[in-house]
Amino acid sequence: MRGVSRRFGATFALDGVDFAVHGGEVCALVGQNGAGKSTLMAILAGALAPDAGEMRIDGAPYAPRDPLAARRAGVAMIHQELSLAPHLTVMENIVLGAEPVRGGAGRVLAVVDRARMRETAEAALAQVGHRDIPPDQPVGDLAPAAQQLVEIARALASGCRVLVLDEPTSSLAHGDVRLLFERIARLKSQGIAIVYISHFIEEVKAVSDRFVVLRDGRNAGGGITSTTAAEDIVGLMVGRRLDGLYPRGQRTPGEVILELDGVVPGAATLALRRGEVVGIAGLIGAGRTRLLRAIFGLEPIRSGRLAVGAFTGAAEPHGRWRQAVGMLSEDRGGEGLAPGMSIADNMTLTRLSPFGPAFTVMPARQESAAAHWIDRLGIRCDSPRQAVAQLSGGNQQKVAVGRLLQHDVDVLILDEPTRGIDVVSKAQIYELIDRLVGGGTKAALLVSSYLPELLGVCDRIAVMARGRLGAARPVDEWTEHSLLMEASGAAS
Amino acid sequence: MDRALAVDGSVGRRFVGARRLANERGVLLGLAIVTLAFGALVGPQFFAAANLELMARQTVIVCVAALGMTMIIVSGGIDLSVGSIVALATVVTALLLRHMGPLAAAGGAVAAGALCGALNGILITRLRVVPFIVTLGTMLLVRGAAKGLADERRIEAPTTWLNDLLRTAQGGGGWLLPSGIWLTLVLAAMVAFTLDYTRFGRHLFAIGSSERTARLCGVRIDRTKLAVYICGAALAALSGVLQFSKLSVGDPTVAQGLELDVIAAVIIGGGSLLGGRGSVAGTIAGAAIMAVIQIGCSQQGLPNWVQQIVTGAIIVFAVGLDRWRQAALARP
Repeated sequence: MRGVSRRFGATFALDGVDFAVHGGEVCALVGQNGAGKSTLMAILAGALAPDAGEMRIDGAPYAPRDPLAARRAGVAMIHQELSLAPHLTVMENIVLGAEPVRGGAGRVLAVVDRARMRETAEAALAQVGHRDIPPDQPVGDLAPAAQQLVEIARALASGCRVLVLDEPTSSLAHGDVRLLFERIARLKSQGIAIVYISHFIEEVKAVSDRFVVLRDGRNAGGGITSTTAAEDIVGLMVGRRLDGLYPRGQRTPGEVILELDGVVPGAATLALRRGEVVGIAGLIGAGRTRLLRAIFGLEPIRSGRLAVGAFTGAAEPHGRWRQAVGMLSEDRGGEGLAPGMSIADNMTLTRLSPFGPAFTVMPARQESAAAHWIDRLGIRCDSPRQAVAQLSGGNQQKVAVGRLLQHDVDVLILDEPTRGIDVVSKAQIYELIDRLVGGGTKAALLVSSYLPELLGVCDRIAVMARGRLGAARPVDEWTEHSLLMEASGAAS
Repeated sequence: MDRALAVDGSVGRRFVGARRLANERGVLLGLAIVTLAFGALVGPQFFAAANLELMARQTVIVCVAALGMTMIIVSGGIDLSVGSIVALATVVTALLLRHMGPLAAAGGAVAAGALCGALNGILITRLRVVPFIVTLGTMLLVRGAAKGLADERRIEAPTTWLNDLLRTAQGGGGWLLPSGIWLTLVLAAMVAFTLDYTRFGRHLFAIGSSERTARLCGVRIDRTKLAVYICGAALAALSGVLQFSKLSVGDPTVAQGLELDVIAAVIIGGGSLLGGRGSVAGTIAGAAIMAVIQIGCSQQGLPNWVQQIVTGAIIVFAVGLDRWRQAALARP
């Protein structure tokens, strides 16, 4: 892959990236969240088309129109979430879409040749070194590790030469990880090119021959894994940071407003004070979002004590809003906002009582309240009645933030507040957080996968790794490097 | 600042008006076309006051149940048990009329309907089973209960003013229209107000539009859903009282498949089975379109099967047109 670029709207997800992998080698692709790894691999696997750049396989030009074409050309991708049909048997899954038929192929009603199907499946299973998986068993009955093997076997059965593994260990138990590495070595010895994507530096060290680092959609370096220290790989992932993006006024932490004491999920103990921003760093899947959702009552708290000011115990979201706690969801389109509803409805939904006497709601009053925040936040729209779906990502996020302001919450729970929005909107949101918290009565709990943001906005940061929240330490005791080391488990 | 707000607000209001109209223009236009088409076929007597009143009387039973269904569909749900609730309400009304006054009997029927709605709501929110399945079950369950209550017979009842709810007012009977039609109009205004101008109504739209967002925003989903199924079933029971008025007996086998007419009225009127959209004006126009087709066909001497084909085609056409229009609107 040479000079591959891909834009989403105004932002470059990939900007002239080069990437190569040879047969019989494992190349690790590393980078922070949002660095462009997924986009690059989606282009390789035919799910996205590049805006610029060229790709070659064995010297021949390669431009797959869709994932099926990529698979025919010998490129297969194993995603984090496996894509098997759970009710079909192992062998049916392996030959899915390319079932051997009796007689000439191409006849629509050709009869499936089950004997050859079994042969193909057994050959592919043997190739991954597992004859012991019964071809007749429904895939849904297998353990996750075995399911992953079936998926790899399916890729081999379709004649793949480039195999992309995206975070393959995220669903595996510890012992299975070692087995997976052995199988990867076996595939490598068969001349298959393997791209290994992972957040975990120690896995990259253990399994790969070479590594390539992406940062902000560009090549940030690479090298031979065995001769590079883990710290140096992390250093390449981190890069420099933008200055001036993160305003920081005078902040004076006051009384504790949110207190967690051994809250599970998250094993979290934390005290959030008025007038401060506490950040939670960690990798995707570390359990940060679950902790926030549990605090807000969207998921059950299994144990531990939680207090919001004078209120203790669990509460539904309804109750949390009444305690002046508000949450911004990471899933903007699916949960954060109701896309079909208007800006006014989305902003005012948490508390409709001010907009009319008794149980009534006057749309005109909702709209004038929304118009106020549209003006204050600089939301670009036609009117407060416009459907949220018609706004750009940054403006949508400002609507979601506007809801917290309209409700005038004291505790802002922010889950990836700047994900997927442009840099100007980001800066506005940082400024807003600073101004709100600087007033001394409000506090924010911020989850972000973007380390410069955490370091720029927060007063204290805690790291969550493998489902456990560490202690919150002042921001000047952290660097991007140490955060990443801690989050990826490389520190221990 | 204040002036800027005022300007923004007025722009917003104008936009509301334009959008409302755009949402309901299609179905109102459809109603006009269908009415004019049959008017041309049948002749000017099609527009005679008596004939228009006939159509209105024909449609109220579907209309009242469809008011409740509009609320349920706006919230992203569905209720297949309304036909059975109508039948149950006719039986309960007839049985109670033997012991008490007409108002109390009708009230009892509505209470019985509300109870069925509470059952629907509890099953949907507690068992987390989709409304389609739950109400498919209660459709049979309530129908069975109605038959059991009536001992599988028609229930005769003493004649009261309940029997006059849908009697024609053409003979100079008081208020220009039958009282059942007035009742429907009042109910329609109430439901329209509820949907657009109350917290409950806004919560229904929010749940139908995105249940996860509604939950995040502190809307109490279970409570709201329970309430909407109770309201929907109570309205279905009221429509059962009107049905009783038409039949003057309690009949446990009446209104088989009525739920489909009711759902069709909501859908033709711009409601979306995915939730978040629907309006009272649209629903009533949708029900009126079906009534016009029905009466127009029979007055034109067209057989029943033609009427069914036309109605079916209109449902598919209306929804197809609506999807196409939505897609066109969504494009920037």
